[in-house]
Amino acid sequence: MTTKENTTPVTVLLPGALREVAGGRSRVDVEAGEGTTLGAVLDVLAARYPLLGRRLRDERHQLRRHVNFYVSGEECRRLDGAATPVTPGTEIHIIPSVAGG
Amino acid sequence: MTRKVLLAIGTRKGMWLAIRDGSEWDLSGPFHTMTDVHAVAIDTRRGRPRLLAGVHSEHFGPSVVTSDDLGVTWQEPGHAPIAFPADTGAALSRVWQLTPAPAAGPGVVYAGTEPSALFRSTDGGVTYDLVRGLWDHPHREHWTPGGGGMAIHSIIPHPEDEKQVTVAMSTGGVYRTTDGGETWEAVNTGVQAYFLPDPYPEFGQCVHKIAHHPARPGQLFLQNHHGVYRTDDLGATWHSIAEGLPSDFGFPILVHPTRPGVVYTFPLTADHTRFPPDGRCRVYRSEDAGESWTALTTGLPQAGFWSAVLRDAMCADDATPAGLYFGSRSGTVYTSEDDGDTWRQLATHLPDILCLRAAAVG
Repeated sequence: MTTKENTTPVTVLLPGALREVAGGRSRVDVEAGEGTTLGAVLDVLAARYPLLGRRLRDERHQLRRHVNFYVSGEECRRLDGAATPVTPGTEIHIIPSVAGG
Repeated sequence: MTRKVLLAIGTRKGMWLAIRDGSEWDLSGPFHTMTDVHAVAIDTRRGRPRLLAGVHSEHFGPSVVTSDDLGVTWQEPGHAPIAFPADTGAALSRVWQLTPAPAAGPGVVYAGTEPSALFRSTDGGVTYDLVRGLWDHPHREHWTPGGGGMAIHSIIPHPEDEKQVTVAMSTGGVYRTTDGGETWEAVNTGVQAYFLPDPYPEFGQCVHKIAHHPARPGQLFLQNHHGVYRTDDLGATWHSIAEGLPSDFGFPILVHPTRPGVVYTFPLTADHTRFPPDGRCRVYRSEDAGESWTALTTGLPQAGFWSAVLRDAMCADDATPAGLYFGSRSGTVYTSEDDGDTWRQLATHLPDILCLRAAAVG
């Protein structure tokens, strides 16, 4: 996904509950060129941190229903889901939904 | 007399471990916080006990974790231990059962899942493969979810013949293979499905749990969604053994680990009244394979007990003397070391208890 033209990374912000499966990181930078998508960023994350990948998507690569993916402040399901375009410099904020008791 | 016993307690919000070293229980946990732990197993076949747990997060999905040091550390592989192959179009929702297979070698572990499927591991429960013969069964498209989901929750590998395995699911009923999983037949004759137009269908029963004793591989006991049954011919025919119980509704059924034909249930009033009758906490024991039943009450609350016992929340260990255990949805675990004549509280104020498994570990 790295391009010669623009190597500004996409930044993925992780909630506390997922940091232990991401090497303790709260943010992960992913090199992303023009024309990439949220799903492609998640592919890179899953390759780097397999347990994190499984926490975010099932084996069909469907987004976990109760995990929200905010792309530049908008939840991806109100955009184009995993196909939502991501441009260099975008922040992807992963936040578990609020539920339960 | 066994000195050290491990009890694994799976709850709606994580797992606890209790170890009895001598006479007192020491409780530790929670482990896998805020996951529902529907399935636990303690595999003692290699000498060093391996704990396996099917954990599920409402947010982050299901997985299987293992521990080879009694819960001090846990391992989860990078790959998904249980995953549906891409061509199935399915995704794992939960793991409902983990069962080491005694006759099939030390590495073989079965897993029952939601959606209803059977998986088989040959490496001690690290990697599992879908048992295609059952997944491809023509009945599968007619299996439907019960209240708890559509899952295989009971797995009984034959104690001597690795090619024979019996499973049960809600709803769907009991299925058996005699050729190592290639082909499966429904074995539900005599088991009622009162909620269907044909009350005695070939399949479609809402079986809650099946159990057996290894010394009597042909004899199985079944707690149904209304109905308690026994078969003496490995499921070819079932007959009711509910007479003498206060209700034929309930979830667990358990066979004593060293006394074949001694069986335990925890009756609830009815489908739409899922409380112990009269709010009394009573385990029922039969010592004649279900022909007659006795209420066991000593040490158990006999008023104001409005909690249920779920299908996997009753178990026995393999210690000497044998220990029996059950846990309530109100988070209390009881144990008996005299076949159920008397009970004592082992743990309380836990989250609702989904499953228990116990084993001698030293």
